[in-house]
Amino acid sequence: MNKTLTTIGSKPVPEGTQTCWSCGTMRATHFCEACGKVQPPAPVDYFKFFGLPWKLDLDLTALNRDFYELSRKLHPDLNARAESDEQEWSLQQTSQLNDAYRTLKDPIKRTEYLLKLEGVELEEQSKSATEQARATGQAKKQIVPPDLLEEVFELNVQLEELRMQKKMGEDDPALIEEIGRQKLELEEKQEALLEELKDRWKIWDGMIQREHNGQPVSDEERRQEREKMVDVLNRRNYIRNLVRDVSEVLEN
Amino acid sequence: MTSDRIVGIDLGTTNSLVAFMQGESPVVIPGDDGSNLVPSVVALDEKNQPVIGNAARASLISTPERAVYSIKRLMGRGLEDVREELKFSPFRLAEDLHAGEVLRIKLGEKDFTPPEISGLILRQLKRNAERFFGGPVTKAVITVPAYFNDAQRQATKDAGRIAGLEVLRLVNEPTAASLAYGLDQKQNGTVAVYDLGGGTFDISILKLHDGIFEVIATNGDTHLGGDDIDNLLITIALDDIQGDLGTDLRKNAEAVQAIRKAVIEAKIALSSQTSTKLEVELPGGGRYLREITREQFEKLIQPIIDRTVGPCKQALKDAGLKPEQIDEVVLVGGSTRIPKVRALVKELFHREPHTDLNPDEVVALGAAVQANILGGGSEATENMLLLDVTPLSLGIEVAGGVTDKIILRNSTIPASATQFYTTQVDGQANVAIHVLQGERELAKDCRSLARFDLKGIPAMAAGMARIEVRFLIDANGILHVSAREQRSGKEAEIEVQPSYGLTDEQVEGMILDSFDSAEEDFRQRQTIEARNEAATILAALDKGKKSSAWGQLTTDEKKKIAKFEKGLTAVKGEEDYQAIRKAIDLLNQGTMRLAELMMDGAVSTALKGKTMDEADMGEGPTAPHPVAKAEFE
Repeated sequence: MNKTLTTIGSKPVPEGTQTCWSCGTMRATHFCEACGKVQPPAPVDYFKFFGLPWKLDLDLTALNRDFYELSRKLHPDLNARAESDEQEWSLQQTSQLNDAYRTLKDPIKRTEYLLKLEGVELEEQSKSATEQARATGQAKKQIVPPDLLEEVFELNVQLEELRMQKKMGEDDPALIEEIGRQKLELEEKQEALLEELKDRWKIWDGMIQREHNGQPVSDEERRQEREKMVDVLNRRNYIRNLVRDVSEVLEN
Repeated sequence: MTSDRIVGIDLGTTNSLVAFMQGESPVVIPGDDGSNLVPSVVALDEKNQPVIGNAARASLISTPERAVYSIKRLMGRGLEDVREELKFSPFRLAEDLHAGEVLRIKLGEKDFTPPEISGLILRQLKRNAERFFGGPVTKAVITVPAYFNDAQRQATKDAGRIAGLEVLRLVNEPTAASLAYGLDQKQNGTVAVYDLGGGTFDISILKLHDGIFEVIATNGDTHLGGDDIDNLLITIALDDIQGDLGTDLRKNAEAVQAIRKAVIEAKIALSSQTSTKLEVELPGGGRYLREITREQFEKLIQPIIDRTVGPCKQALKDAGLKPEQIDEVVLVGGSTRIPKVRALVKELFHREPHTDLNPDEVVALGAAVQANILGGGSEATENMLLLDVTPLSLGIEVAGGVTDKIILRNSTIPASATQFYTTQVDGQANVAIHVLQGERELAKDCRSLARFDLKGIPAMAAGMARIEVRFLIDANGILHVSAREQRSGKEAEIEVQPSYGLTDEQVEGMILDSFDSAEEDFRQRQTIEARNEAATILAALDKGKKSSAWGQLTTDEKKKIAKFEKGLTAVKGEEDYQAIRKAIDLLNQGTMRLAELMMDGAVSTALKGKTMDEADMGEGPTAPHPVAKAEFE
């Protein structure tokens, strides 16, 4: 294992310094436009890293293109003969680039990230929480979407039944088919919720645009828009986890 | 520039190679026996001096307790992992090993850790390169299986250091192969690299576009390869012998190694023949003879090669691709020569695999390409960039013995994740973090990477401290951890206990031993080689004096030659190899016309160290080649 790397904060770039450390030209966020030298990483969010506003409907083609362009400038492989400081910056910058790209590329991750920037703590329905709950016998913290309560209950009963059957080495094709059918329905619901989320994006982006245009947006409106997106995400996450549980039982 | 010379090394389970970029294409650097492949075999001779490669192979059978092969299977592994390996190999573990400690194996009376053994192999490759270039080589790119975990990668880097090499980058083998392929084909598309070597299996799926080699997904099995096929056949032979002759030869190391050699020959034969004989001279007399057909062989190995199917399907799933969407499948590794393996690949990917590249050399060639890129690139590589991924999810152990994944597998590297920790108790000064690699839910089912202790946390009430821990996987796929207590801004000290790894101090200790002697060795070798060349050129001159061409020289020319001959004779017994080389150069110059006359006279004697071939070598050595190939009439 290797020794610690210096953290980002150890080589601070003083506020207001906007020039390239190498040639003195006005610096870009990541590398100097004039001389190409990698700049010390700045603590920016992923949207800002790509020079984007906090809007959710992204141009993925542009994002891809920017990602590859920035990779060619920042990657450690292409800066391997630089001084050790620059090599470290290159490593930090590229890591941030990859983290940012990975997050912004995926619609759900992008939304969750933005909400996090806005200070929202998303409810965690991770599988490990499920296992932990199973292991400790405690109730797992979760919110079942009200419109799915009955369906979910029914499905969970069926899943338990199938689990028992498999343990005994039995097999009920009809049950398997029924569960398979419900899984497909759930997957369709998942898709529909993604579309609903994208609709909410447009509203959010409109709000951000108004802000940029100098029209004030109330805290209340902001909060409401966030809540709506959180709600869609939670519902979709719940279904996604359910689909995953179903797949696991069906496949094993 | 000589100082920028970076080589590419394939440190393989069965064979190792070193290569470099020569102009527009990469080439493999041969050993002094002229062979491109250096068997990854290390032995100790009677004087306890290490012998590496082809020279060591005979020892496997004659003195198996002083030899080792396939050491890659032990790199970065612990005692519990290797019990399987021990069944068929002459690996003898040191007696006083504890669980969680770095392995040590015995060669004769001496102990070695796997990185030290690999270090010896790397040093041999380093020497081959130095002999070739006529100068020191200190930087390398070394390849590792894509599915190697952090400990295995670190062990490889340690081996490089021990050999006196600065390892600029570890490159994943399938990615390296794709570089060689991409350089060759210069086409965009989606490529699958199926790499079945001696000990490891990797499958990587890449998108090639405009010089960018982007890995989308990777999977594999670091415990699956040609060795498993060999071991299966060895078992059958041993069972046969026990059945027929009543003797159990399992404990007889010489017998097992003799059987292994025969089994490997048979396996290779069956790639081009439909049947072959397995024939072994048994120690203590007797012969084992068995006919084996390709059909029987294929049936036997089916379960082994079937183990490659799961990882391939998972990789396709992770990539979100169907087999039809793959444009090309590239085969890497000696085991892909087996017809049944090719058939399996064809069935999996619905197309004929690409077999134009030499499966033994393609990884080293790709490493040389990456070495070139790191060194600043050239015309051939100016647009090329590798974007690789981490093969295994990185996780932290949380309450309940569960793994919390913080960086998912197939994330493009470098990649990072930040976690926040706090204290449980007032004034708590340390926080323990257990980092794991793997996909399983429970920590005990994942690979323990290391335990970190965050120390020196400023005294605070419980729960007040906010420690930001940053996990960074670098471009080598190796983890770095840094931590900061946010309220005080203090950087926490991190003490690392690597699982199955060497500490920095231990590696340092190993380097100094090897390095000192490497310096000395280099000098000694230069002297020996210079002396050899002096002897060669003086002998050639003697012949030259007896030839008809001698009479055609002027008195002045003869006087000059006599003077230089005297000069060389005077220094050739000395230690100063540079003085010897100077004298050789002078004599070379003085005898140039003599050489030309002799050549004109239809006599092919090379008095000069540089043959015509070497003169055209472009970036090759400027000094006369130390191993001069002189032909005498």
